[in-house]
Amino acid sequence: MLLRIENLEVKYGNVQVLHGLNLAVKRGEIVTILGANGAGKSTTLMTISGLVKPFSGGIFLEDKPLHKLEAHQIVKLGLAQVPEGRRVFGTLSVHENLRLGAFTATDLALIQKNLDWVYEMFPILRKRRSQLAGTLSGGEQQMLAIGRGLMASPKILLLDEPSLGLAPILVKSIFATVREINKSGVTIVLVEQNARLALKLADRGYVLELGKIVLEDEAKALLTNQEVQNAYLGGAR
Amino acid sequence: MQLFLEQLTNGLAVGGIYALIALGYTMVYGVLKLINFAHGDLFTIGAFFGLTLLLSLGLTSHIGPVAGIIVLVLMVMGLVALIGALLERVAYRPLRTSPRLSAVVSALGASIFFQNAIMLIYGARFRVYPHDLLPTTTVSFLGVSIPVMRIVLFGASLVMMAGLYYFVQRTKTGTAIRAAAIDQGAAKLMGIDVNRVIMYVFLIGPALGGAAGVMVGMYYGQINFTMGWVYGLKAFTAAILGGIGNIPGAMLGGLLLGVIEAMGATYISLAWKDAISFMVLILILIFRPTGLLGERVADKV
Repeated sequence: MLLRIENLEVKYGNVQVLHGLNLAVKRGEIVTILGANGAGKSTTLMTISGLVKPFSGGIFLEDKPLHKLEAHQIVKLGLAQVPEGRRVFGTLSVHENLRLGAFTATDLALIQKNLDWVYEMFPILRKRRSQLAGTLSGGEQQMLAIGRGLMASPKILLLDEPSLGLAPILVKSIFATVREINKSGVTIVLVEQNARLALKLADRGYVLELGKIVLEDEAKALLTNQEVQNAYLGGAR
Repeated sequence: MQLFLEQLTNGLAVGGIYALIALGYTMVYGVLKLINFAHGDLFTIGAFFGLTLLLSLGLTSHIGPVAGIIVLVLMVMGLVALIGALLERVAYRPLRTSPRLSAVVSALGASIFFQNAIMLIYGARFRVYPHDLLPTTTVSFLGVSIPVMRIVLFGASLVMMAGLYYFVQRTKTGTAIRAAAIDQGAAKLMGIDVNRVIMYVFLIGPALGGAAGVMVGMYYGQINFTMGWVYGLKAFTAAILGGIGNIPGAMLGGLLLGVIEAMGATYISLAWKDAISFMVLILILIFRPTGLLGERVADKV
């Protein structure tokens, strides 16, 4: 297992958000986490990345305990996140944003290689490289956020709602890119409102309800699962 | 015309000092959204350390006035930087997740602590920078005689500002500081150690403030344990004038305020000098609360 989460409990003050979550991701997979608003999807990703500290339970990347580390140490181990709402650095240039993605990297040749890769994947970013990130369109900002995540040469990339607020055609192209990234060897954990698209892309899926995994299966099976259809896919078609 | 040039150079020299102090306010505000009310006292500490080192080491006579002053200022910057980092560790970091008001109260407490500590160590009376140890020559420019010290101070503040600007804009650590000021959470996701960034800010800001303290001692010759209050307030005004959180803004605001103040003191009335500065503050707050270079926050889509 590349990433393993065991009995994870997270509390915000007195409010418990995650109630003993278990989840595992194999190397090379695309795993999606489905769930309604407030189910705890983003909290899960934030806890994996170390921005939220767990109350109990463990998170392991290649058997190294992430829950004992600070957020900035986790990136170095090969886990990057593209956060919800993109959170690009608006008053920094596109190029500076990408360079910050590689903040923990020291191998200049590798940084350049990743930069070329990202610019090749998103040619528009190369064009706008000296523009401030805040002046980009929503779609371009999402590309930048993904590119920034890739600059860290992650083994595993967490994507939180990459389709949020984007036109359908852009969503398709972003998802195609995610597949491409996965094919290049990066394991993906995808949290997504657009459950149908996410399940079509993913190998496996988890369904999160009120801070607990209530269902896990192959993505194909989840697509045809009656409960999933009713709850997340807008009924049977 | 002579008077104008005289006052312009004076204003720029004082403005450079304001700018150096203002940078400390603005950088701390940038990453922590906190006004470090103890910053003016770090400036005072710089002035007193400068005096002590000037009197005890005799650097200006051993290695010449220019090299002596440079070494002296660098030593003071290092010492005040350490105190700044310590201040953050002791007074601000434990309150990082507390309501913002707690940190403000802590900052005011730290300010009172520093002021009293300086008074206890150095006494409550004015202390004098010995003029015989410092260059007192003047140069003539367009019929105006300008003290060399004034040019040196202005030059030094420009060099420090340029250095800081380069550091923040062009280096990896500088970019990390800017990123942490925009979004600490996202900065952490990049692998940036935000605590370390904050420490850098509390090293750099106080170092510049300490240097400004020495410069004031050398320029005016007199220092006192309460001087940080007025200078802090002026520099804070300069930071607001330029746009708090904005580094070039603090530089511009400082220089502008220095010149406005010098001109006001000359052409309106010397007694109104401080009132003019604070009128600038009030006008800015009313008509342009984001300051001259205030960041137009990038729209979040």
